[in-house]
Amino acid sequence: MWDVEIRGMTSAHAIIAASIFMATVIPVVLVDNFSVYGTHLVWLYSVACSVAVVNIAVFWLLGISPPTKKNTLNYKLSRLIRSCVYFVLSCLFFHAVVVLYGAPLIESALETFSLAVLLSTLTTLRCLCILGPNVQAWIRVFSRDGWVAMSVWDTSLQITSSCSIVGAWFGAFPIPLDWDRPWQVWPISCSLGATGGFLTGLLAAPLWIRWHRKQLTYKLK
Amino acid sequence: MRLKASVFALFCLIIELLGIALYLRGFFPVPVKSSLSSKSKLSDQPAEPLAGSGPNSTQLPPPLFKRVVIMLIDALREDFVFGPNGKRFMPFTRQIVEEGSSHGFIAKARAPTVTMPRIKALTTGSIPGFIDVVMNLNSPALLEDNLIRQAKDAGKRIVFYGDDTWVRLFPRHFTEHDGTTSFFVSDYTEVDNNVTRHLDSTLKRADWDVLILHYLGLDHIGHISGPHSALIGPKLLEMDDIIKKIHTSLTESEDAPPDLLVLCSDHGMSETGSHGGSSEPEVSTPLVLISLAFPRKGDTVEQVDLAPTLALALALPIPRNSVGRLLPAVVEQAPLREQLRLLHLNGHQLSSLLRDSNPTYQRQDGYELFRVAEKAHGNWMKLYLEGNTSEVLGNLGRKVLKQYLEALQSMSLALSKQLGRYDMYSMIVGMGLILEVLALLLLAMPEALGGAACVDVPLAPACLSLPFCLLGLLACSTHVLMCTSAEANCYFCSLPWPLAFSALLFVAALLCSLAAMAGKRFRLAGDPRPKVSSSLDWTLSELDILLLTGTVGQTLSLGASSFIEEEHQTWYFLLNTLCLAVFQDVCRKYFKERRVLGEEREESSLLPSTTDGDPLRPSFSPATELGVSLGAEKWLALTTPLLTLVCCRLLRSLNQTGVQWAHLPDLGHWLNNGEHKVFLSVLAVFSLLLIFLLVQRHCSLVSTIALALGLLGIYSYRAAVGSVLFPWQHTSRSISKGTGEARFVYVFVLGILFTGVKDLLCSQVTAAGGGGHLRSRGLWEVYSGMVLLVALLLRPHNLPTLACCLLVQTLMVQFVWERLRYDAAQITIMHYWFGQAFFYFQGNSNNIATVDISVGFVGLESYVEVPAVILTAFCTYAGPVLWACHLMCYLSSERDRAAGALSHGCYCLAVLRSVPAALYVALTTALRYHLFIWSVFSPKLLYEATHVLIAAAACLIFTAVDHDHACSL
Repeated sequence: MWDVEIRGMTSAHAIIAASIFMATVIPVVLVDNFSVYGTHLVWLYSVACSVAVVNIAVFWLLGISPPTKKNTLNYKLSRLIRSCVYFVLSCLFFHAVVVLYGAPLIESALETFSLAVLLSTLTTLRCLCILGPNVQAWIRVFSRDGWVAMSVWDTSLQITSSCSIVGAWFGAFPIPLDWDRPWQVWPISCSLGATGGFLTGLLAAPLWIRWHRKQLTYKLK
Repeated sequence: MRLKASVFALFCLIIELLGIALYLRGFFPVPVKSSLSSKSKLSDQPAEPLAGSGPNSTQLPPPLFKRVVIMLIDALREDFVFGPNGKRFMPFTRQIVEEGSSHGFIAKARAPTVTMPRIKALTTGSIPGFIDVVMNLNSPALLEDNLIRQAKDAGKRIVFYGDDTWVRLFPRHFTEHDGTTSFFVSDYTEVDNNVTRHLDSTLKRADWDVLILHYLGLDHIGHISGPHSALIGPKLLEMDDIIKKIHTSLTESEDAPPDLLVLCSDHGMSETGSHGGSSEPEVSTPLVLISLAFPRKGDTVEQVDLAPTLALALALPIPRNSVGRLLPAVVEQAPLREQLRLLHLNGHQLSSLLRDSNPTYQRQDGYELFRVAEKAHGNWMKLYLEGNTSEVLGNLGRKVLKQYLEALQSMSLALSKQLGRYDMYSMIVGMGLILEVLALLLLAMPEALGGAACVDVPLAPACLSLPFCLLGLLACSTHVLMCTSAEANCYFCSLPWPLAFSALLFVAALLCSLAAMAGKRFRLAGDPRPKVSSSLDWTLSELDILLLTGTVGQTLSLGASSFIEEEHQTWYFLLNTLCLAVFQDVCRKYFKERRVLGEEREESSLLPSTTDGDPLRPSFSPATELGVSLGAEKWLALTTPLLTLVCCRLLRSLNQTGVQWAHLPDLGHWLNNGEHKVFLSVLAVFSLLLIFLLVQRHCSLVSTIALALGLLGIYSYRAAVGSVLFPWQHTSRSISKGTGEARFVYVFVLGILFTGVKDLLCSQVTAAGGGGHLRSRGLWEVYSGMVLLVALLLRPHNLPTLACCLLVQTLMVQFVWERLRYDAAQITIMHYWFGQAFFYFQGNSNNIATVDISVGFVGLESYVEVPAVILTAFCTYAGPVLWACHLMCYLSSERDRAAGALSHGCYCLAVLRSVPAALYVALTTALRYHLFIWSVFSPKLLYEATHVLIAAAACLIFTAVDHDHACSL
């Protein structure tokens, strides 16, 4: 049971990580003058889209998302709409937080919002996929007592989300340096940091779970 | 020795201060000085080189100019003359520069770009040490060899009008002078009229040889409203008219050697209108030499080049410590022989200075080049005197000229580099003291933060131990060895020997007690007794991790010059993260509860059962003081961190500081623009009202009334100075110094402080009974007095900073700190972070330029040193001081705090200040040959040192207030 779940999660993570690499490589062929720094927003959205698509495909179509009690079309539709609303809200929330951190309010608002979209994709979207649009479940996973998570997916969610955000946080560090490098331009370092953090989280989650196998007391569904 | 944690912290900070003082004394280099303390004399000038025969005449070539007018316009930036502004506002000067007989240069000033060191640089040709900034406010007479003294000794009659810094630097040098004081920054017309009124009569007379004019108005305009102010244009036009007047008068008289008009500036002006740093607009000054002697015909030169050029052109000896070189363009019309002779004189002076200041002078390129050039010069002279006039001679001469120029450049560069000599011995002793104190503080942490808040320092037993005797002997013998060795010109050696020895013995004793403490600590850690393990076994929450990593990371970030320049970004970043972490804590607290209350919700089936056994506190005290319900309290608690975040974001755009983004437009400039006076006035009124509402809650009735009157006085002071408007005052009233209004406010500040101190003293007497309440009221009243003083001193556009500071404090206390049961250490770290962030919100930076010196003259008729310095320091550090005071008031007025909270706070403050200070000192020692050591690292060092001083003062007050219990063995 354990090993199956861990193995499933590891392969899902591998697929997501591979999709990020593909999202970096494929546009080189398709788009003229593509580079991660030069046409950063293209890269950013390509990564965000591929992560979103792969996440939805893996978690929703393969049926990892929580079992729903009602299977009516209406209920599903309302869940979908709520998910979309939550995603947009989370984009706005991240945008507001980034502006509070000192990003310019008006100029380069597009860049800031793109970063917010990327962060939402890396964190909120996965939550939506795994937990569904269910605030109580989110609070359970992300509050301190919730660290005793219910399944490997919860733990993976905790680790990847916090890694992405911490990665973006660290990504802001080099901005004040006067090195005049292309990756110091807003928001390149932050989005690279977030992506790097996310990849680290994907890698770290299975390892962490294996390491703490003894301490983890998941409830069996 | 058993000490209370606060007393211990205070002692540590005082020792650290001494260490820093010693370190600073060693760090700031003694300027390059010639070994001969006397000045250059005409008689010691070197002979003209001549190969073969004996010495040639030692005479100087004849002067190139008869009379010189030096017109110094303070803060005249290079682009005010050479840029597009120059075309519009200084048409005559531009015309002269472009068409007339003149040389226009961009003269690079060296940091610190402050008036007095710049005047010294202009007149002596040397580069004054950095420490001159600190001494800038009181300028004693200049004893170094300088141009003015040379001119006076040569019998030249010098007339001076302008900034009285000159009069103080050169007492009894001027045949006639009229000094104006530069301390009333808001006056920019009268200071200049006081100079110009003498001009007509002086120009008509012929009883002077050198006329010096120093105009201050432009600098004042820069300080008030920046380089893009509407006031700049008319001022430049006025200056242009004066230049035209002087030029016309000088060209009218047809003297045999023509006259020279020098238009120069001491320093430039940054984009915010201040100066002191080393940014491009601050160091770029125009230097225009106008004379009929020049053909009509710019490049970059050093500001110090003016002194040797003027000296040579007037046939005076070059000041001995000058590191500048002759501007070849000025003498290019003279015969080749004279040109070579002048270059030779300059080279000789530089080479002797190099010889005196550099033990390895023979290996310097420039010195060698000069020797070669001198020899070639001699050969050339021989040919010349033999009457050879062929083309070959001319070519050879030009070659010699080129050699000389190369030599001069190389030697000048080598001399400028010499400025980075450090007194390593004093630095190391100071640094050792500081690092020992840091280690002591860190080792004492478990004890100091324990319940008793007492620290045991085994100083007495350490003094009796054998290692102490050995270490002491070793240190003393090293001292003797260091100080008796050759060329020992270090400060620590120049101290009286008993003092130095006792300092060294103290260092040794500290080291021994440190070792004893460390040994004890490890022994205790080794055998796990329950008492110790409970104090060591802390579980760290996310907030703790953030606070610790933030403090450590911020300290480490000081290693990069960009992070020092942009330190405000670090603090804003950390503060934001802190607010978010607090927000998370608040959310957790309130939502956890909601979850328990709302068990019956739809998703409750998913809830884990683990929360059931949660130790929920039955009731955290309802917000009694504001009388809000529990639900409202929850929402207020949730919005408090968010509101703080919004406040910080707004304040951040109020003052752009730092270096990279300092030029971006900010709200402060927009408000200070003359057209937006109405907005500024409205904002000031709102801020003052908010300040009143937030502060009066803690005050007694009398203090409240005094506070209200004081705040009214502040507004009328600002109105009198001309920054804000009264609604009934439509035409701009004549601007006064507002001394009366400011003094009116001072009376109330003193009154409130007095009431507070009286309450404190009463509480000391009646400590047994209701002393606690009285004491807390007294503290809050002292705090109100300080707020009033800060409100008076801050510029009106910074009043929102103060209001936001008070708002954040009130909300945090009401809804976050009390509710979430943070301990004293956490609260202290948060206060420290907020204090740091507000330091930068005020518009400060790690650059000397942003210190607002005009604060020192609020309510004073003339410059009085002690109050001016204290007021400036207080206003600059208003943020950290207010937050430290708030910490004290809060910790001591909390009812259910543990008794040692105040001690804990004081100790944490000392640690928080010592960690960056000590590591920064170590860092500057390691980076002392860094390229930016003078422009970035040393100003920061001064800021750090001042901050330690402020922290020590705060700890002193903490200790005085904290009389909960004494530590007895």
